[in-house]
Amino acid sequence: MNPLVAFRVSYRALRRNKVRSILTTLGIIIGVAAVITMVSLTQGAKRIIEEQLTSLGGNSLIINPGSRSRSGVSKGLGKTNTLPSEDAEAIRKLSTVTHVSPILDTTEQVVWGNRDWFTALVGVSPDFVFINGWFPERGSFFHNEDIKNAELVCVLGKTVASNLFGYQNPLGKTIRIGNISFKVIGVMSSIGQTPGGKDQDDIVLIPYTTMQKRILGVNYVNNISVSVRTSKDIPFAEAQITQLLRERHRIRPNMEDDFYVKTQLNIIERIFTISKIMTILLGSIASISLIVGGIGIMNIMLVSVTERTREIGIRMAVGAKERDILIQFLIEAVALSLTGGVIGIVLGIAGSKISSLFTHWPTLVSFGSILLAFGFAAIVGIFFGLYPASKASKLDPIEALRYE
Amino acid sequence: MEDIIVVENLHKVYKMGDVDVHALRGVTLTIKKGEFISVMGPSGSGKSTLMNIIGCLDKPTSGRYFLEENDISLLDKDELADIRNKKIGFVFQNFNLLPRSTAIENVELPLIYDGIPSDKRYRLAKEALFMLGLEGREKHYPTQLSGGQQQRVAIARAIINKPSIILADEPTGNLDTNTSTEIMEIFRRLNKEGKTIIMITHETDIAAFAERIVVFRDGKVMKEEWRSKEKLNEPVSRV
Ligand SMILES: Nc1ncnc2c1ncn2[C@@H]1O[C@H](COP(=O)(O)OP(=O)(O)OP(=O)(O)O)[C@@H](O)[C@H]1O
Ligand SMILES: [Mg+2]
Repeated sequence: MNPLVAFRVSYRALRRNKVRSILTTLGIIIGVAAVITMVSLTQGAKRIIEEQLTSLGGNSLIINPGSRSRSGVSKGLGKTNTLPSEDAEAIRKLSTVTHVSPILDTTEQVVWGNRDWFTALVGVSPDFVFINGWFPERGSFFHNEDIKNAELVCVLGKTVASNLFGYQNPLGKTIRIGNISFKVIGVMSSIGQTPGGKDQDDIVLIPYTTMQKRILGVNYVNNISVSVRTSKDIPFAEAQITQLLRERHRIRPNMEDDFYVKTQLNIIERIFTISKIMTILLGSIASISLIVGGIGIMNIMLVSVTERTREIGIRMAVGAKERDILIQFLIEAVALSLTGGVIGIVLGIAGSKISSLFTHWPTLVSFGSILLAFGFAAIVGIFFGLYPASKASKLDPIEALRYE
Repeated sequence: MEDIIVVENLHKVYKMGDVDVHALRGVTLTIKKGEFISVMGPSGSGKSTLMNIIGCLDKPTSGRYFLEENDISLLDKDELADIRNKKIGFVFQNFNLLPRSTAIENVELPLIYDGIPSDKRYRLAKEALFMLGLEGREKHYPTQLSGGQQQRVAIARAIINKPSIILADEPTGNLDTNTSTEIMEIFRRLNKEGKTIIMITHETDIAAFAERIVVFRDGKVMKEEWRSKEKLNEPVSRV
């Protein structure tokens, strides 16, 4: 019997039992829909995480003073004074490095007229905007001239600008920061909160030299922020910087570093691993429902074989071979699971669109997950259809014919 | 005429727990091509058992069976299926039609397993139904047909693949007298066309359509009676 005929015979048998066929496939439908929805949800979540990571500066690293203890936590907490600002200039010359900015931070009261605001005061270089991909919305950022001359200019974060000036234009105004007058030359665009809930717009940026000389009276920096071309360059850049700073700091080979380079790479890798685990976890939970669906198919096929014992006997009496019966029932099982698979794919796509509405995540229904779910459904059909089908084909013709 | 079926000393024993049921106790029978044979005998005497063995649905416990001079005991399951498909047509007392298939689907069933393409299957099945007076009933389901019509569908199915032998186990057992006579006329016609027919029956007037009557008792052939062509329609002596 050729496969097409076998398929038609099976199709007829399924159509005659419409309600049961649909109920049987329900398990597969739910399983496939669940796999697709789950996988697309986790992939959507993964993409959000990736985007946020890039906006956090996936291609940047930070050099902190002090040594890294075994557990990876800094002992010095960045408040030791082992990083002179000349280190930043030396790092700038490295081949992989694109931008470098020394960072010094403190907190200060800023005052304009009768308004005041307590905020983070951060000294940086003009490279700061490129490293963080964060630019002024109005006015401009300070230039290398301002650094050289330790000018009294500042750029306000959005929160500070609105708290001090309301709807007024802050550009060109003079504010007081710790009793020193600064001219406002720019306002940064808003970048919102950190994942931890800290308002990143609550900041005032000034040239780091001004910070060193006029505010803190120091000649070191708190840390150095560096960006490289792509995140792939990070490991090499880290090695280059470590070597350079060890030389500059005259650290002998068997001595510990008096600085440490912090990259986001670890975090990125860890987050990716976590999201991969999530995908696998949710995917396998959904797969379990596929297997349950398969058992449902096996159950119904077994009932069907018993019910149709007489039919099998008749078919054998007119010349059906074992193989013909086997193929017929196998195709029925596979047709059931594949029909369920197709319906499940449609529902799964709908399901991921709906859950995208609720979670506001972009859900990605990948071709891969569709293929996976469909292939899995087919395998489930064959696997769980095989036993009932072989049971049917092994029936004794005479006993099957006599079956009431 | 050549011998189409030869059985020698057939035994069939069913094991029912500790008890052995001897359904056949040494049956020897030779059937010539083109014969029309009635098998009679009391219930449980082994008629159906013999029929199933001849039809390659069942195997004897011992003894030999030659079909067209081939030793059947040497064949495997697939080869037996092929014989059922091409050489033998079955007609049963309870018709044994697929209840959820139409008349024409039932009739074309043997052709499916013979690998005949669907357009040819359809044509042959339609022809067969026409020959049995079932024109216009092709799309009817068995429940929409009378007993006689169902049996005619079953006969159409039995002859669709042009077998040389027709085995009928009480084909009129579920039919009234008039319908039984109609069915027997069909068998007679098929026999005239050259088919070998073996038919089990309990009714003497039905048995009277055959040229030879074989009477079973306790798993053995008790008596055989040849009837000349002229006397064919005369009553058969009761067994
Ligand atoms: N599958 C089986 N298992 C056990 N015993 C069986 C089986 N099939 C038949 N028998 C026994 O074999 C004997 C012969 O049965 P068979 O069906 O051949 O009789 P029969 O002559 O056709 O009777 P009837 O006229 O009632 O149809 C009976 O005693 C029956 O009980
Ligand atoms: Mg019987």
